[in-house]
Amino acid sequence: MKLTSPHLLGIEPLTPAEITLILDTADGFTDIATREIKKVPTLRGKTVVNLFVEPSTRTRSSFELAEKRLSADALNFSTATSSLVKGETLLDTLRNLEAMKPDFIVIRHSEAGAPHFLAKHGRTSIVNAGDGAHEHPTQALLDALTIRRSKGRLAGLRVAIVGDILHSRVARSNVHLLTKMGADVVLCGPPTLLPRGVAALGAKATHRMQEAVEGADVVMMLRIQLERMRGGFFPTLREYAAFYGLDTPRLARAAPGAIVMHPGPINRGVEIMGEVADGSASVILDQVTNGIAVRMAVLYLLAGGNREPAPQER
Amino acid sequence: MQDASRVRVMDAASIDRSITRMAHEILERHKGLSGIGLVGVQTRGVPLARRLAAKLAAIEGAPPPVGVLDINLYRDDLSRIAEHPVLRRTEIPFAVDGATVILVDDVLYTGRTVRAALDALIDLGRPRAIELAVLVDRGHRELPVRADYVGKNLPTAPAETVDVCLEETDGRDEVLIAKAPGAGGGKEEAHA
Repeated sequence: MKLTSPHLLGIEPLTPAEITLILDTADGFTDIATREIKKVPTLRGKTVVNLFVEPSTRTRSSFELAEKRLSADALNFSTATSSLVKGETLLDTLRNLEAMKPDFIVIRHSEAGAPHFLAKHGRTSIVNAGDGAHEHPTQALLDALTIRRSKGRLAGLRVAIVGDILHSRVARSNVHLLTKMGADVVLCGPPTLLPRGVAALGAKATHRMQEAVEGADVVMMLRIQLERMRGGFFPTLREYAAFYGLDTPRLARAAPGAIVMHPGPINRGVEIMGEVADGSASVILDQVTNGIAVRMAVLYLLAGGNREPAPQER
Repeated sequence: MQDASRVRVMDAASIDRSITRMAHEILERHKGLSGIGLVGVQTRGVPLARRLAAKLAAIEGAPPPVGVLDINLYRDDLSRIAEHPVLRRTEIPFAVDGATVILVDDVLYTGRTVRAALDALIDLGRPRAIELAVLVDRGHRELPVRADYVGKNLPTAPAETVDVCLEETDGRDEVLIAKAPGAGGGKEEAHA
């Protein structure tokens, strides 16, 4: 069993079997973080370029740590230091990077489709670390791993995703993944932040928080991206928090043993109250830990996709 | 696959007797089980390690701890094989530091799996000593590796394949040798 594509561009093209393979493999990687020596020699000699054209600290750090724990060499290109700010096109950047013979390019870009562009024009394995409002596949995979490790399964669970659905690649990737794996997904947000037509993705939609959280096994809160909120999507942060913030009474409507997730960084007192973020239902920090295991699994599986048939003499 | 060219070289009774003898050899050499832990190499080394532990417990009273080791991240052919093997969990429920670890695997062939297992184990701590127990030693070493406890020495030709089937993984206990003139394949890769 292997992944059919040499790239991870999104969750949408993956089959349920491929998602299960990635999650099972990630399970095998989780124990490495608990060891004295948190490093395995698996990708020794491989080079990974982390091309982060949009600011990101935690996803980039998570990828970098995953690469280092697999003994790959990581090279970081970020907006502030790269020639992209000097007007170089993405195609020229790709050609220059490929001239350095990397094995993987991990790309974060503000434009949807940028990773697909690299995959189409280059020869290197591309991993999408978030493209515009399109997809963020490794986030959905780490969320799924966290749910599976907590609930033992994905199928049949009721998952509420609450917040800024409109701008959220995390929500989109999660909807693809969770519906493929047989979970029921309810999306919730104010009308300005919940696009019409989400039913086409296989999810239910509601504007009422109470309806979304009622009986949910998983409550996934999305970050209000303050930098994107200049368009008058809601009157004030206080009003948003009053209608869509997760506090203890709202969480009490969820199913017994429900878990609370958040892709981070959290805005305390806006989409999630401190008492919930720090409470016993919160698995927010497990998500961070699992993120490294998932990214190790993705790189491990993609590295196995050697396109030349090699003799197997063992 | 069930053709006439496959010969059964061990049945359930002979596998059981071999494991019993290896258990006695371990106890004879170590005069007991203190400080000893067994580690089965995924996949078929794991049930073998459990069986060996059960035999040791039957003789000595208490079983030694049994761990599970996945060596795939330490293989030397990862960049050459078309498809990375499915990774399984590594779980060693005892402190590797200072312990005498007995690695357990089904087939000893080139020695490359054992090399990978040694590296994997040493990343988990510094054992006092590492020993090796295998059900079948089929020869053709490519590395300077030797087993301390051997269930059966099985002379083979490189073109042949050895299949170890165990109740826990395959639903039956037997060891088959196949005179396969065709290129290597099937389960044998896992036995490196």
